[in-house]
Amino acid sequence: MAGIAVLCEVQGGEVARGSIGVLEEAARLGAALGESVDAIVCGSGLDDAKLAALGGFGATTVRVADDALLASGIAQPVVDACATAQEAGGYRYWLAAASIMTADALAGLAARLGAGIVIDAVELHAEGGALVTRRSGLGDSVLAHCGFTSTVGVVVTRANAFAATDGNGGTAPVERFAPTFRAWSQAVTLVGHEDAVETGPDISAADVLVAGGRGLGDASGFGQIEELATAFGGAVAATRAVVDAGWYPYSAQVGQTGKTVTPKLYVACGISGAIQHKVGMQGSGTIVAINKDKNAPIFDYADFGIVGDLNAVVPQLTALVKARG
Amino acid sequence: MRIAICVKEVPDPTAVKRIDDGSHRLVRSGENTLNPYDRHAIEAAVQIKEGPAPDTEITIVTMAPESAGRSVDRALAQGGDRSIHIADEAAAGSDLLGTARVLAAALKRESFDLILLGQQAADSECYVMAGLVAELLEVPCVTQAASIELADGSVTVKRQVETGYDTVKAQMPCVVSVSDAINDPRYPPLPAIMGAKRKPHEVVTLAELGVDASTVGAAGAATSVGGLSKPAGRGDTIVLEDDGTAAEQLLAFLVEKKVVA
Ligand SMILES: Cc1cc2nc3c(=O)[nH]c(=O)nc-3n(C[C@H](O)[C@H](O)[C@H](O)COP(=O)(O)OP(=O)(O)OC[C@H]3O[C@@H](n4cnc5c(N)ncnc54)[C@H](O)[C@@H]3O)c2cc1C
Ligand SMILES: Cc1cc2nc3c(=O)[nH]c(=O)nc-3n(C[C@H](O)[C@H](O)[C@H](O)COP(=O)(O)OP(=O)(O)OC[C@H]3O[C@@H](n4cnc5c(N)ncnc54)[C@H](O)[C@@H]3O)c2cc1C
Repeated sequence: MAGIAVLCEVQGGEVARGSIGVLEEAARLGAALGESVDAIVCGSGLDDAKLAALGGFGATTVRVADDALLASGIAQPVVDACATAQEAGGYRYWLAAASIMTADALAGLAARLGAGIVIDAVELHAEGGALVTRRSGLGDSVLAHCGFTSTVGVVVTRANAFAATDGNGGTAPVERFAPTFRAWSQAVTLVGHEDAVETGPDISAADVLVAGGRGLGDASGFGQIEELATAFGGAVAATRAVVDAGWYPYSAQVGQTGKTVTPKLYVACGISGAIQHKVGMQGSGTIVAINKDKNAPIFDYADFGIVGDLNAVVPQLTALVKARG
Repeated sequence: MRIAICVKEVPDPTAVKRIDDGSHRLVRSGENTLNPYDRHAIEAAVQIKEGPAPDTEITIVTMAPESAGRSVDRALAQGGDRSIHIADEAAAGSDLLGTARVLAAALKRESFDLILLGQQAADSECYVMAGLVAELLEVPCVTQAASIELADGSVTVKRQVETGYDTVKAQMPCVVSVSDAINDPRYPPLPAIMGAKRKPHEVVTLAELGVDASTVGAAGAATSVGGLSKPAGRGDTIVLEDDGTAAEQLLAFLVEKKVVA
């Protein structure tokens, strides 16, 4: 086995910034290990000239599977494409920045190859001639130095772990290949899609975000969150749990699948603090948490935590902030 | 219809969790409980049984030490009809791949129409088991379902992706992991808790499943943890219990830090 494959995701015609960040990190790792790095891109109607630019971020070759079955963002046809690329390339490692599609695709690939898979890697190191990840766990209280005993190793890196640069402007050859699709991968199809619509203020630009989670009880709970946000002159953010439940619009979601925000102040109300939420807001200046469970993980990364009922604390805080005028 | 639900026993999420310095494994000797995310998968199955498919049989499947019987009972009380509990010392220390191999072997012995999982385990916060299991079973997979509808031998799922919401249709048999917002799991009434013990429990070993013990557990793990280190923390956290003055103290803190003018 030789070489590193980076599964790069195309969203809205562009290679995702997260994928580029991992590609660049793979190039640093490859240099240390003496392994070359290929970018693997799956989609439909892809533009080779655009993809050649991945050479400027460390790809030796860009290997492209272009097929209508890969247009939907459904993971299993991507598993097939990666498996086909693996047959030809014999890669030692597969990497991808975490997303809904890539995590599922690399999980399927690991199962098919009998390869170990590390989730939520935050660092990639070359140690003793092999890749050893730092896998963050238990609410980021420990870093496990996690490597592989299998011949192929698969890594899904934490969203936002590796920031992309502007690259060196280089290009790489683009080679197209035809995946062998399996029957079961074609037994799941996209039948509809609703684009997330931007509603309300842009939360990425706000100085203060007041965020609400399932602890609000129901959709009406967002009333007091909006009042506090208004008092601070800020905007409202939300967790996936409340967006999936239809309590608040998707454009307000912060986290792995949602937006990454870095306000001066982030006030988390009734939010447990799952890793997938944390990765979207941990860069905030000051983090405040209001939660009735003193063991909620959110307190591990808050600067100021209040163990209490948000229905009591939030209105009091709103009144106090308003009174300062 | 036959539904299987994969459930995991995890250390109580409200307790402080720790990794053993020697084995590099999570210490599981404290209070354990059913993975809270899996309760949503059970509720989803119960709603299918109460709604479109009343003749549904719900099977709880877990790989865990024998001591996890209480969590299995808990899952049965919430709506399972029977359980398959894979308990084998050789399975201890399984990583994602090893666990998926064991679960797939147990699921393959029977013909389930729908296999449900939670969105993630509360201890590891991985979220990929569904993808591994589906691939080993060679069936379609849909993860992070915010809603599930059944029709004509397939499931239609609404799920969040980075660009919005997809509606995806998968032919059964298939594997679906459910988002924690798909439903509000009900707490089982006392008679259901009492009755759980009397439901059919099957405890099986790896050999009975035909799983080669060298491909799972610590011995067969494809990942290896060579050491542990501490990440840089965020710094000091002030945490106080609200006694009616917490909002005032918070505002004073924000003013002092000049976050609020
Ligand atoms: C692949 C993947 C991607 C994901 N992407 C995202 C993402 O982008 N963003 C995101 O947010 N999540 C994401 N998640 C989901 C994430 O894992 C959690 O499920 C989610 O963040 C939980 O939301 P929550 O904190 O609102 O709900 P819960 O975890 O249910 O927490 C509710 C909290 O409210 C507290 N509470 C209840 N009542 C009160 C009260 N009266 N006063 C004070 N506190 C109270 C409770 O103690 C609890 O801690 C993703 C998950 C996966 C698997
Ligand atoms: C902090 C930490 C980090 C870890 N990181 C990794 C890693 O990067 N790679 C790796 O290979 N292993 C990892 N592990 C080990 C992994 O958690 C175990 O192998 C576990 O047995 C299976 O994976 P999971 O629960 O993490 O899967 P997840 O993908 O988180 O689980 C999703 C769903 O799978 C089902 N499920 C999971 N386990 C079982 C079970 N035993 N029986 C029945 N159903 C089940 C449940 O429905 C659950 O909701 C980690 C463990 C810890 C404690």
